[in-house]
Amino acid sequence: METPTDELKVTGNDTAAVLSPADRRIEKLRRAGRFFSKYGIYFALVLLVAVLAVISPPFFTAANLIDILRQISVIGILAVGQTVVIITAGIDLSVGSILALSAVMAASFAHPGQYPLIVPLMVGLGAGLVCGALNGFLIAKSKLAPFIVTLGMMTAARGMALVYTSGRPVFNLSNAYDTIGTGYFAGIPLPVVIFVMVILGGIFLLHYTRFGRYVYAVGGNELAAKVSGISTEKILIYVYILQGVLAGVAGVVLSSRVMSASPALGEGYELDAIAAAVIGGTSLMGGVGTITGTVVGALIIGVMNNGLDMLNVSSYWQQIVKGAIIVLAVLLDKKSKGKA
Amino acid sequence: MTIPLSTSSTGQMEPYLRMEGISKSFGGVPVLDDVKLQVNRGEVHALTGENGAGKSTLMKILAGIHQKDEGRIYLNGNLVDIRSPREAIRLGISMIHQELNPVRDMTVCQNIFLGREPYSRLTRVVDSRKEKEQTRRLFGEMDISVEPDEKMGNLSVAEMQMVEIAKAVSYSSNIIIMDEPTSAITGKEVAKLFEMISGLKAKGIAVIYISHKMDEIFTICDTITVLRDGRYIDTRQAKEFDRDTLVSRMVGREIKDLFPKSNTERGPVTLEVEGLTQSGVFDNISFKAHKGEVLGLSGLMGAGRSEVVETIFGLRGSDGGTIRVNGKEAKIKSPADAIRHGVALITDDRKMKGLNLTASVRDNISLVNLKAFSRFGQVIRLKKENQTADEEIKKFRIKARDRYQPVGTLSGGTQQKVVLSKWLLNNPEIIILDEPTRGIDVGAKAEIYGIISRLAETGKTIVMVSSELPEILGLCDRVIVLYHGRISGEFERKDFDQERIIKAAMGNPDGATIHFMN
Repeated sequence: METPTDELKVTGNDTAAVLSPADRRIEKLRRAGRFFSKYGIYFALVLLVAVLAVISPPFFTAANLIDILRQISVIGILAVGQTVVIITAGIDLSVGSILALSAVMAASFAHPGQYPLIVPLMVGLGAGLVCGALNGFLIAKSKLAPFIVTLGMMTAARGMALVYTSGRPVFNLSNAYDTIGTGYFAGIPLPVVIFVMVILGGIFLLHYTRFGRYVYAVGGNELAAKVSGISTEKILIYVYILQGVLAGVAGVVLSSRVMSASPALGEGYELDAIAAAVIGGTSLMGGVGTITGTVVGALIIGVMNNGLDMLNVSSYWQQIVKGAIIVLAVLLDKKSKGKA
Repeated sequence: MTIPLSTSSTGQMEPYLRMEGISKSFGGVPVLDDVKLQVNRGEVHALTGENGAGKSTLMKILAGIHQKDEGRIYLNGNLVDIRSPREAIRLGISMIHQELNPVRDMTVCQNIFLGREPYSRLTRVVDSRKEKEQTRRLFGEMDISVEPDEKMGNLSVAEMQMVEIAKAVSYSSNIIIMDEPTSAITGKEVAKLFEMISGLKAKGIAVIYISHKMDEIFTICDTITVLRDGRYIDTRQAKEFDRDTLVSRMVGREIKDLFPKSNTERGPVTLEVEGLTQSGVFDNISFKAHKGEVLGLSGLMGAGRSEVVETIFGLRGSDGGTIRVNGKEAKIKSPADAIRHGVALITDDRKMKGLNLTASVRDNISLVNLKAFSRFGQVIRLKKENQTADEEIKKFRIKARDRYQPVGTLSGGTQQKVVLSKWLLNNPEIIILDEPTRGIDVGAKAEIYGIISRLAETGKTIVMVSSELPEILGLCDRVIVLYHGRISGEFERKDFDQERIIKAAMGNPDGATIHFMN
């Protein structure tokens, strides 16, 4: 116990230099606590993999692990964009529909012998860009809630995909196009390669650029960001454009992987993308979240689906488990950060 | 009405509330360490100390919002365990929070009866007539002139506060905690609040009054308890304290020279505002600010001071008028424009407008100036940014664990230093400060005054909006007074006179015709 004789103590000084051994131990524990609360989700993933590896040996093989990565790549690409959107305190419900629209439009330019590969790619990404820009403008300029705008886009883009294809899937795609989804680079499936590139790009953008810092600033406190001279509207528009383009990328990857583009592609994917971000510690209140966290969130979902498949758990049950994990992850995150 | 007071065997009066050995940590960080507090009925008890001293936390424990880690609470001699706000209210403890949080879309009486609506036994439907009646009676007793049917969101902060106090009384509270109740109300409203507190006192209700405003503490409080750094320091009768000893108990060192005013040469005009108007808010505002000068903007709350500076900074649009920076007209349409012209605005509400609370100290400090830390205008040079953040933390004596600590977890005074650092890093020519010391403790205040004076000395132009007259008188070279959106007086430092400034703030053009005592 210190007595109130510290009149001589100069406030504001760094006290770290004069810590007693006991204090130092406490500080160590505190650091460990912070470390765990920061990386708890990583431990959860490792634990999940370890448990599945023990109870189901075929799970822990290189082939299967790569398969998991391939399975999550489409959702993962969407989730990277979703993370950026959610950090601005927004949400994008339209990614699944934009994915479908991009996929059918790209595929319609990808029949054999029709155009060079670059054309369907640009069409797919362009469709995503236009939808994303429309989302962004409505949210930033008209001050409509992101939930409403993207809910509208979710319905409308799906409708556009249906109109464009008259409700029929687009078949007969060129080999070059199909290679994007089915090919390999150095033994790694191309969708995984694209996913990894998106992850690295996302990390760079969020943590190493001015744009990324402004994304956090807008989500953490939009008014303060504005006072600091940031054009918050511009940031929001770019964020939704980014998400739209990534939905376009996901549309190309998915349609080329299944070698056809149905207007029903990607239904419900927006929720999986949101789930990955949220499990990974992104706060729906804005201002908080990391790409790596989201990737781990996507991995947890993927590993669990795959593991439960291998254990012959029905897909109905898998949904229940997935739902429980989403809530549990956020609950643990909240607990570890303290209610203060 | 007399209140029976129990007396313990030692002959000493048993206090109505006794808190002992209270300790609490948040996420491993100790906030309270073995703190005690004793409060009698019918007493106004000041709980004071710098920000981060643990006052609010102690009171939130009493009000059931936080749970103590250790310690005991006795009410009327009985050990109690307060596990929720509901429990606290049942025990007769109510807390009026600093930031009021009513349901804005409900009416005043609906707010008062929230969670205990009277209903008809037969139909189980809320009896809104009874609600209204009882509210009216309650307001009548307490002399509050607010319509029970009014929407809560339409009330002023002071009115909301009165409603909250009435609500506490309607719960038949024996202890009412007020957390810095005057931080957002005007002088007249403060007087009304004090009247109300006297009324509560007469009813035998104990009021625990959290504040660091000396005037208020000495006006209204009977007893003073001082906390510092989460520890109990002292409790004494208010009359046994004088200002200086109280401040030194709070800070743990003596503060000499709260206002380190130095005489600086008044340079050329840097900021010139002419005929600035925003209809319905302020009208025809013209003034000049000089290099090396601290220009004060005084006036009552709602006089339009913040609106004027926010317009100069491009946060609000104007309906007319020109702004000139260094003699040249500056078209400022957004904060980005203002920043480009070398203007900085340190806003009045740091949580709302100043900081990103979820982001780190570093990210907040570098935000305005990020471009300077970036390669190709985009890629942040983290090493340089980190280094600068560390330098700033040292320079402003920002009490943070490290540069990565989220700003939301810092004390008010420390947060304000982060805001200052963030703006000064950009090296602005003209620095506008809106209530730079609101809600921060004496120690941090002194530091901020020092910073402001030094800035003027180094040739910056300072425009400071403040509701605290001592601050205006202590720091400014010149003061302009606003009343209802118009300039109602201007005073040079040599003519500073508290009374005349107040008169001007109340709408008297110059005050020159008024007879002064002195």
